[in-house]
Amino acid sequence: MIGVGKAKQYANVLDKPLSRGRQEVSLSAFAFLFSELVQYNQTQVDNIAELERRLEDAGYAVGARVLELLCHREKGNRRETRLLGILSFIHSTVWKVLFGKVADSLEKGTEHEDEYMISEKELLVNRFISVPKDMGAFNCGAFVAGIVKGVLDNAGFPAVVTAHFVPIEGQQRPRTTILIKFAEEVKQVCFV
Amino acid sequence: MASTACFVIVSKNDIPIYEAEVGSAPKKEDLAHQHQFILHAALDVVQDLAWTTNAMFLRSVDRFSDLVVSVYDSVVHTRFMLLHDPRSDDGIKSFFQEVHELYIKIFLNPLYLPGSRITSSHFDTKVRALARKYL
Repeated sequence: MIGVGKAKQYANVLDKPLSRGRQEVSLSAFAFLFSELVQYNQTQVDNIAELERRLEDAGYAVGARVLELLCHREKGNRRETRLLGILSFIHSTVWKVLFGKVADSLEKGTEHEDEYMISEKELLVNRFISVPKDMGAFNCGAFVAGIVKGVLDNAGFPAVVTAHFVPIEGQQRPRTTILIKFAEEVKQVCFV
Repeated sequence: MASTACFVIVSKNDIPIYEAEVGSAPKKEDLAHQHQFILHAALDVVQDLAWTTNAMFLRSVDRFSDLVVSVYDSVVHTRFMLLHDPRSDDGIKSFFQEVHELYIKIFLNPLYLPGSRITSSHFDTKVRALARKYL
């Protein structure tokens, strides 16, 4: 008989192997969970800025763990000590593992030395979300901005990360841009 | 053969989150304090050294009389520091790698606040078992 063996039960999570596991999660399950997350936070706050901050904090926790786990799995325990290194790590590896594809583009800001932008035609987390007019510029991509912030902060490159809608001619839905502005300490070390 | 070894995990903000005397030498109170002091003093050296290389295992970063401090720096800048008598690097590197895996499992816990003390007794048991195996 073709056996479908039961996965070995481990007494404690520390005994379970850190294997790759199942790579994919149901999109609908995630969409439900994310919509509940946003709705729950909406009941707890009075204004948009606070709501964005809460989503960002939720993403921050994810970012920290994603960084540690991915460096262990993908890069065989080598760290990134340079800015471009960590940015391209986020743009390709992190995006690929979380969203199934690399980010659409990674650009350096023209006006300021310390600004970088990751753009995406449509963020996965925003796919099933429509923002009512009275919420103005609110973007649920704040969750993804939080993930990026979590990765950068924990790798040693503190930054302020925000998500913005950028309307594009000829497209109905605006593009989303994650804007990364690095903090003073990083500026002094990397942008001399 | 008695060996001294003091193992400490220090978070990004230089706060120790886990400590264990894993050597097989008989425990003495004042020696334990001295070990912790030596390890904390070595933290300064680690700060500078960490940014020069993208390997995680930083080998021996400091010496004190006959003891050597070896450090392994993870991605989120959590430092695993071991104070030990001079010995070959391979066993120490494997020890660090296995403890790193255990640490990742703890870190992945969404209810674990990064930078807080590791209180799991299971973790403690496993670290000591690894120390007996590799050191």
